[in-house]
Amino acid sequence: MQPVTGPRQAQFDLFVVPAIFVIFLFLGFAVAAQTHDPLMAIQAWTFMAGIGIALAFFVKRYSEGVPADDTGAYANDIIKAGVIASMFWGIAGMLVGVVIALQLSFPHLFYFPDIPESSFGRLRPLHTSAVIFAFGGNVLIATSFYVVQRTSKARLAGGLWPWFVFWGYQIFILVAGTGYLIGVTQSREYAEPEWYADLWLTLVWVAYLLVFLGTLWKRKEPHIYVANWFYLAFIVTIAMLHIVNNLAMPVSWLGIKSYSLFAGVQDALTQWWYGHNAVGFFLTAGFLAIMYYFIPKQAERPVYSYRLSIIHFWSLIFIYIWAGPHHLHYTALPVWAQTLGMTFSIRLWMPSWGGMINGLMTLSGAWDKLRTDPVLRMLVVSVAFYGMSTFEGPVMSIKAVNALSHYTDWTIGHVHSGALGWVGFVSFGALYCLTPWLWRRERLYSLALVEWHFWIATIGIVFYITAMWVSGIMQGLMWRAYNDFGFLEYSFVETVEAMHPYYIIRALGGLLYLSGAIIMAYNLYRTARGDVRVGEPLALKPQLAAA
Amino acid sequence: MAKRNEIDQATGTETTGHEWDGIKELNTPLPRWWLWVFYATIVWAIGYWVLYPAWPLVTGYTQGVLNHSQRADVAQAVKEMKTQRAVQGKQLQGATLQQIEADPNLLQFAREAGKSAFGDNCATCHGSGAQGFKGYPNLNDDIWLWGGTLDDIRHTIQVGVRSAHPEARVSQMPAYGRDALLEKNQIADLTQYVLKLSGQKANAAAAARAEPVFKEQCAACHGDDGRGKREFGSPNLTDREWLYGGSAAEIRTQIEQGRGGVMPTWGTRLDAMTVDALAVYVHSLGGGE
Repeated sequence: MQPVTGPRQAQFDLFVVPAIFVIFLFLGFAVAAQTHDPLMAIQAWTFMAGIGIALAFFVKRYSEGVPADDTGAYANDIIKAGVIASMFWGIAGMLVGVVIALQLSFPHLFYFPDIPESSFGRLRPLHTSAVIFAFGGNVLIATSFYVVQRTSKARLAGGLWPWFVFWGYQIFILVAGTGYLIGVTQSREYAEPEWYADLWLTLVWVAYLLVFLGTLWKRKEPHIYVANWFYLAFIVTIAMLHIVNNLAMPVSWLGIKSYSLFAGVQDALTQWWYGHNAVGFFLTAGFLAIMYYFIPKQAERPVYSYRLSIIHFWSLIFIYIWAGPHHLHYTALPVWAQTLGMTFSIRLWMPSWGGMINGLMTLSGAWDKLRTDPVLRMLVVSVAFYGMSTFEGPVMSIKAVNALSHYTDWTIGHVHSGALGWVGFVSFGALYCLTPWLWRRERLYSLALVEWHFWIATIGIVFYITAMWVSGIMQGLMWRAYNDFGFLEYSFVETVEAMHPYYIIRALGGLLYLSGAIIMAYNLYRTARGDVRVGEPLALKPQLAAA
Repeated sequence: MAKRNEIDQATGTETTGHEWDGIKELNTPLPRWWLWVFYATIVWAIGYWVLYPAWPLVTGYTQGVLNHSQRADVAQAVKEMKTQRAVQGKQLQGATLQQIEADPNLLQFAREAGKSAFGDNCATCHGSGAQGFKGYPNLNDDIWLWGGTLDDIRHTIQVGVRSAHPEARVSQMPAYGRDALLEKNQIADLTQYVLKLSGQKANAAAAARAEPVFKEQCAACHGDDGRGKREFGSPNLTDREWLYGGSAAEIRTQIEQGRGGVMPTWGTRLDAMTVDALAVYVHSLGGGE
């Protein structure tokens, strides 16, 4: 790819990317007009609405000529857009999480049979996709665009194409999320969107890969920084996982329904090969990339060990891809595949902890900053949660442990110690760093509010995961309890009754976590406006984005 | 390395000489404990592969020296469970109430088996404590629509109520209001009559007007005195226990709608021993005859 600084290239892009959106606008219209499937019609109109928003953005951005950001050393506006999108989807996704936690705690209060859109079955994938893909995905795209430019000393490649990635991804989220609400799903966990949304995401993702690779290609540094290895592993592997797991045959080009190419246990294994690597490459590799840039940057210390970063990177990506079968212990999956899933999961322990060691030990010589810098503390605590859940994961993959933990709330607790503690906190830390850097502010609006966010969210996580540990282990023990005569001690409904108090604690924990995120959104908004909270000392030294 | 790279002041460790956007890297060696634990997990995994089925081959897979099979494990566990339950399970089948009550061990076995089966099959409608809900009978009291002896209860479980089974317990109260079998004022009067039967405050004049209607329409099943008849599964209207509620409004709705619940044919869903155990369990809840 050519460096995009010349005005000719910029003008060409000004035409191409909006033109692609217009073509898809017409395609969407053709589908909406032709289809007999009412759900497909809704999806097509939603898709067109999303494209409409993107086109309106382009018109507004370029109505008064090419903005300075398009010709600067680094593209910053797209990362600002990513920060705003991350915060928006994050709060939306966490809010839905609180709603479904309340549905589980008080099913008689939060059950509206006349509104199918409000049922748990539709809101649950909305929550998981919103927090993982909408929040997490936007954080990953935004930070990767920021980090790859700074560590390559090169402007984002592809002219307007990064904007195609950004808007294309938002349109995917819009179509997928509204699809869940109206009942469109292919029933694959974390891969619920139907074939047309999957095809659109494939297009967006390939563009993302090319923009990222193009930027690396024109880098002015001799070596590729470790964060970029992790970003690249994340982008490439997610492309592969997404395509293979979603191989399906649509019933009609004008209908929502498709059938998977896989059947039976092959289908289950493909799904969990995808499902676990969504954890491994989306929620681990991608966010390790964030850690590798933002922790040394915020701590102003060198990365602890270059050698460890190489060894743990390659061992992590080589071993992770095998771990999926541990989701299918004691099922129709052949036992040899279960063995491989379990043994590879155990061997993931140290490769995962390599990242933790590198994150924590980077603070050598700067530990005192944990006391004074709540943003750095958030980043470091995220690494601690990462270490905890990447130890818990291998333990839970052991068949004897899994026999107790599988299908119980323990799994939910495990996922959330990773999601709230690791992914959430490292993202929050990165967003707290990025906002003053991007908007060229001396500092955040209020560090006291960051302290509040940190403690409220930490207490929320502790409530959440301890409640789910207790509830899950109790549930598993109750399920397997036999009396002296060889009969089950508890009926299913008795286990549900016993879990009720923990469900309430979980909902409370989620509410605290959401409250923290709302405080953060307010703090970032005031920071972007350029406000500084009265009475707070300037604790952090100015950090500017320009190189 | 020919030239020494910069030494980090705080740790005394050499850097790699690279720098990206102000970020440097130390050339710290791999932590020993980290490396050794990593090796240990690899060794452990290889050991596990030797012992258990692990790697796919062109046809089949490596079996492992322990000859482990999940399928065989399950079969063994099921066999053990069956053996554990077999002796008393056999005793239970066909035993009379006297025989079961005479053997405290057998009684407890039946109650435990019944409780376990009740929780996952019956509690959905009758409640975890068998206390019942509106429209679903309470099984703790001594009121039995279809009989409260062990055999009666067993038969009810076996065939179900208003189910598809040819011998199902069937009764059908007409929907006097919905099907316009009685006038509105007749239903209003009957409501007062039933209130009076159950000893509640009622309009005496209305109840008197309803008496011939009750004799003609209701007595065939509920009896002249309104005490109900087991052979029809018809409830006693003179007690204060109600399946669909005892207020004037609830009684009127029942006369209008003639509601009756459905209980599945459990004999085709559960094995004979479980049905027997359930009968003993329900019988022992407090109201068994």
